[in-house]
Amino acid sequence: MDKARSKMLQDIQALEFAVIELNLYLDINPCDERALKDYNNYACQLEALKRTYAQRYGSLVGLMPSKLPCFDWINEPWPWEMQV
Amino acid sequence: MWIYEKKLEYPARVSGPNPKLAKTIITQYGGPDGELSASMRYLTQRYSMPTPQTKALLTDIGTEELAHMEIVATLVYNLIKDAPLEQLKKEGMAGYYADHDRAVYFIDASGNPWTATYIQSKGDPITDLHENMAAEQKARSTYEYLINLSDDPCVTDTLRFLRMREVVHFQRFGEALQLVQEYLDRKKFY
Repeated sequence: MDKARSKMLQDIQALEFAVIELNLYLDINPCDERALKDYNNYACQLEALKRTYAQRYGSLVGLMPSKLPCFDWINEPWPWEMQV
Repeated sequence: MWIYEKKLEYPARVSGPNPKLAKTIITQYGGPDGELSASMRYLTQRYSMPTPQTKALLTDIGTEELAHMEIVATLVYNLIKDAPLEQLKKEGMAGYYADHDRAVYFIDASGNPWTATYIQSKGDPITDLHENMAAEQKARSTYEYLINLSDDPCVTDTLRFLRMREVVHFQRFGEALQLVQEYLDRKKFY
């Protein structure tokens, strides 16, 4: 995996970690507006970065549209085979 | 339903083949306090949770535990995939090789297969949340023992991340318990 792709994947991991952490906090404190704003901020950044990644390298998430002519889901490296 | 995402929650690198370490780390895959136990426990308890907060929390932590299961599997897989047979024999994995070659299977550090008896789903949310808090502490202790055993700094880094998540989950379950206690108190009329 090239450097730029690996860097983008790391950025996605970092953003997603912030979203996961705030998600668990909001499950218990759903009306904490400050946390909710942080959550929305990170979730929007994450969504945008995943979209850019998908356009460049193929989708990270299942059940998404694929480029033609071959289903690219099977080609991308699998998480246990990457040394990101 | 669940939708798969083709990435790990946190990087899982290894420095090289290390069957001796894989043999102990595998307990967090298929052992009593491992990630399969954690995920299945929360995902099956959630149906009888009484409040919106607890249903959401068990679903979301149960889902995160699936991601942790994948991280542990990645460590085990990469610690044994390029190990020569001689090294597997020398480092105590001849028995594992006989049953599974270098595939990843749900066992604890002593070779016992995973069993549903590791988990409980009692229907009483107070009981279940206490079980979950204890489970998070047991997993934290296990990660600390694994960190003590690890001679691979890359693996130790990933184990530290997983240990930290147990602490956060324990905290959230504690808050959930308090909310459920308040909810049940409000429901009592005399």
